[in-house]
Amino acid sequence: MNFDIYDFSSFTKSIDEGLMASMSPFWAITIEMIIIGVLILGFYAVVGLYLVYAERKICAFMQCRVGPNRVGPYGFFQTIADLIKLLLKELIPIKNADKILFNIAPFIVIIASFMAIAAIPFAKGLHALDFNIGVLYVMAVSSMGVIGILLAGWSSNNKYSLIGAMRSGAQIVSYELSVGLSLITIVILAGSLQFSTIVEGQRNGWFIFTGHIPAIIAFLVFLVASTAETNRGPFDLAEAESELTAGFHTEYSGIKFAFFFLAEYMNMFIVASIAATVFLGGWMPFHIGGWEAFNGIMDYIPPFIWYIGKTAFVIFLMMWFKWTFPRLRIDQLLTLEWKYLLPINLFNIILMAFIVLMGWHF
Amino acid sequence: MKSIINYLAEIFRGVSALIKGMKVTGYYFIHPGEIVTQQYPENRKKLVMFERFKGEVVMIHNENNEHHCTACGICEMNCPNGSIEIISKTVTSEDGKKKKVLAHHIYHLGMCTFCNLCVKTCPSNALKMDQTFEHAVFDRTKLTKVLNRPGSVLMKGVDK
Amino acid sequence: MDAEKIQPLTEEQEFSINMGPQHPSTHGVLRLMLKLQGEMVREVKPQLGYIHRGIEKMCEKLTYPQTIHLTDRLDYLSAHILNESVCLAVENALEVEVPDRVKYVRTIIDELNRIASHQLWWCAFGMDLGALTTFFYGLRDREKILDIFEETCGARLLLSYNVPGGLMFDIHPNFQKRTKDFIKYFRKKLPEYDALLTGNPIMQERTKGIGYFSKEDAINFGLSGPPGRASGFSCDVRVHQPYSAYPFAKFKEILYTEGDTFHRYKVRIDEMWESMNIIEQLIDNIPEGDFAVKMKPVIKLPEGEYYQRVEAARGEFGVYIVSDGNKNPYRMKFRSPNFCNLAPLHKMSVGYKIADLVAISGSLDFVVPDMDR
Repeated sequence: MNFDIYDFSSFTKSIDEGLMASMSPFWAITIEMIIIGVLILGFYAVVGLYLVYAERKICAFMQCRVGPNRVGPYGFFQTIADLIKLLLKELIPIKNADKILFNIAPFIVIIASFMAIAAIPFAKGLHALDFNIGVLYVMAVSSMGVIGILLAGWSSNNKYSLIGAMRSGAQIVSYELSVGLSLITIVILAGSLQFSTIVEGQRNGWFIFTGHIPAIIAFLVFLVASTAETNRGPFDLAEAESELTAGFHTEYSGIKFAFFFLAEYMNMFIVASIAATVFLGGWMPFHIGGWEAFNGIMDYIPPFIWYIGKTAFVIFLMMWFKWTFPRLRIDQLLTLEWKYLLPINLFNIILMAFIVLMGWHF
Repeated sequence: MKSIINYLAEIFRGVSALIKGMKVTGYYFIHPGEIVTQQYPENRKKLVMFERFKGEVVMIHNENNEHHCTACGICEMNCPNGSIEIISKTVTSEDGKKKKVLAHHIYHLGMCTFCNLCVKTCPSNALKMDQTFEHAVFDRTKLTKVLNRPGSVLMKGVDK
Repeated sequence: MDAEKIQPLTEEQEFSINMGPQHPSTHGVLRLMLKLQGEMVREVKPQLGYIHRGIEKMCEKLTYPQTIHLTDRLDYLSAHILNESVCLAVENALEVEVPDRVKYVRTIIDELNRIASHQLWWCAFGMDLGALTTFFYGLRDREKILDIFEETCGARLLLSYNVPGGLMFDIHPNFQKRTKDFIKYFRKKLPEYDALLTGNPIMQERTKGIGYFSKEDAINFGLSGPPGRASGFSCDVRVHQPYSAYPFAKFKEILYTEGDTFHRYKVRIDEMWESMNIIEQLIDNIPEGDFAVKMKPVIKLPEGEYYQRVEAARGEFGVYIVSDGNKNPYRMKFRSPNFCNLAPLHKMSVGYKIADLVAISGSLDFVVPDMDR
């Protein structure tokens, strides 16, 4: 198969070897880390901004509107203008807030999502960290964000924020379970926690097809649970505009608010890319085992495009949920998790284990 | 067993109802023709207000700069908010008769509630509602307008 | 949950919070003082007065035709119905019989106004529940009605189309066609509302059985309009004391006995269907004739007390006029539906969550200027 034209691993390897040859390993690794950091930071900003733009356009079309259309053609630079506005805005100091925690909270939220992005494989070889426990790492890191939300709500010294933060705590702690268990279902099928192995394992068909029924159930559960974990509608109880004005970030202004805002969209991007990687084959093109000619044509589409396309599809689904459904109440949210998603998930794991054991998957 | 079937049926019903809702939003997403937004400042030329639209009170003037207002003050009396003030002056005509004529018909747009009572009650149909709606100004005093144009006079034969 | 069963709070447990006057879901400048225990609402104290303009007092200084434009500013979403109440009161006091044409046109515009008001309520209710898309669908359809209003009445919201003795102008030649087009259009769009919100399991979970209010309580609290009828209290003025052209139309009063938030929602959705029925019956039969009877330039009511009630979109609206024979009313009192519908908020929402309080207050459909006057 003609894979190598889009393979980044030889390119990254040559950079690594070149740096290693010209300087000591310490400096070589430092420079590599700086390069990757800058690349990811740039990627983060661009994706975050354009996800905001995409959401505004998508919701506008769903609502019979045209959405942003003033700054640039089709409002393409609207979110950049917004960012500049947020940068220039005054950061209002809250008199009775816990100053240190209040200032740290947005950074915790953004660092959590920033760390998670490192483990995501964008294409073959385009991968900052390839742990052998990649799935576990992403789950661990992305659940750190809730600490930031809790701190933000607590330190603002505002009752609405406090309620929002407590809601968010209860919500994320419970939905973390479903996210984890639905990923475990696929890990059983893949036999590995390493993202690169998981993607390689989908060379002859994505897991959502090879794992058929349990994989589809796991995908749906993951979709619901990850929407809840990113605090997005219909699970945006932590913000709940109509109930808590703005929830945990009521008191934040300017760029600190923008951090929460960006982190929300990046978390959405991260869970969408995990869904794309684990269920939909990541950067792996659409392959059907045995159809060599078809597979060959699919290989001509670069893996990065495959990856972005799948992620965009999952993101679109999440936006579609948000702009269609009303918000759940906190007790219904927990009911949904503990009475529906969790039992389904546990049953699903057993089913998947059984299928893998019997070799009934494709 | 029955409860398990109920449980599954509940999930199925819930999901199918949710999909029904998503169909609605999905339909509009792929039908940009349903967009109802008007691009306001761009469509200014095409934007025609309905003929009865109550934008502001104006005084009807003909091409000879003549109006119908006899300064009787009925509009001022009928205005619920006091947004009309009529300042009249007395002039002596050629044959020595003293006559009250309109000096300034002052209209406070900022106070007007567009109830149409002044237009309706005017005995000589001197006023009408105009269709302009872009009333924003930087200075509040600009909202006070004089409705009779400078140099305008009463049309002959109205005050009989 | 019964309010009686809940234990009183100790001082440490009490968590009081101010919802409003600037809050997205109080629909204006209503302030609710809440006492919470965690998420649970223990006490709701509505505080009014943030938009008090003294309209009743202002009316005492105005003549009768002038007071009409102030009634617009009470419940601005059913402005025409409120205008009509004053006009009917004045006409009844002077024993003026308006032409049938006026009655028909008034009733059609009343019902259009009711649909427009319920559409806006539907938007806002969806927003309260967190479904943001409903807002735009409702407003999109409401725009068509506002266009009809603009063409015929000259204004979109604060119509001031009624005058004592008839109408400000005759209907526009396009009025009938536009109205029929709208009915045809809206009959297609209303099932969309059901698909998007009514049938949604999340919405049903959040509203069914929430904020129960019994028929006895509804009568005791003076609930009227859709909230009253959802509790089984037959309080439709259009049926019990028909005015204008309602005697000429066949329609049924929407009644439910469940008395919860979902049925308060359902009453309004069904009322939109019923209003369309009424309009369809009347729109083709508008009789020819004058659009107003000639009234004296200065209207003076004979000495006495007059009361006229009408069914506004939110409930029974009453206007009480005391006249001392002058051109100004001696006293003008408005019985506004929203003020009475606010009273049971505490009883309805005690023991439920904050999110339920928002849903309940959304289902009562507050217009704050109508409460404060």
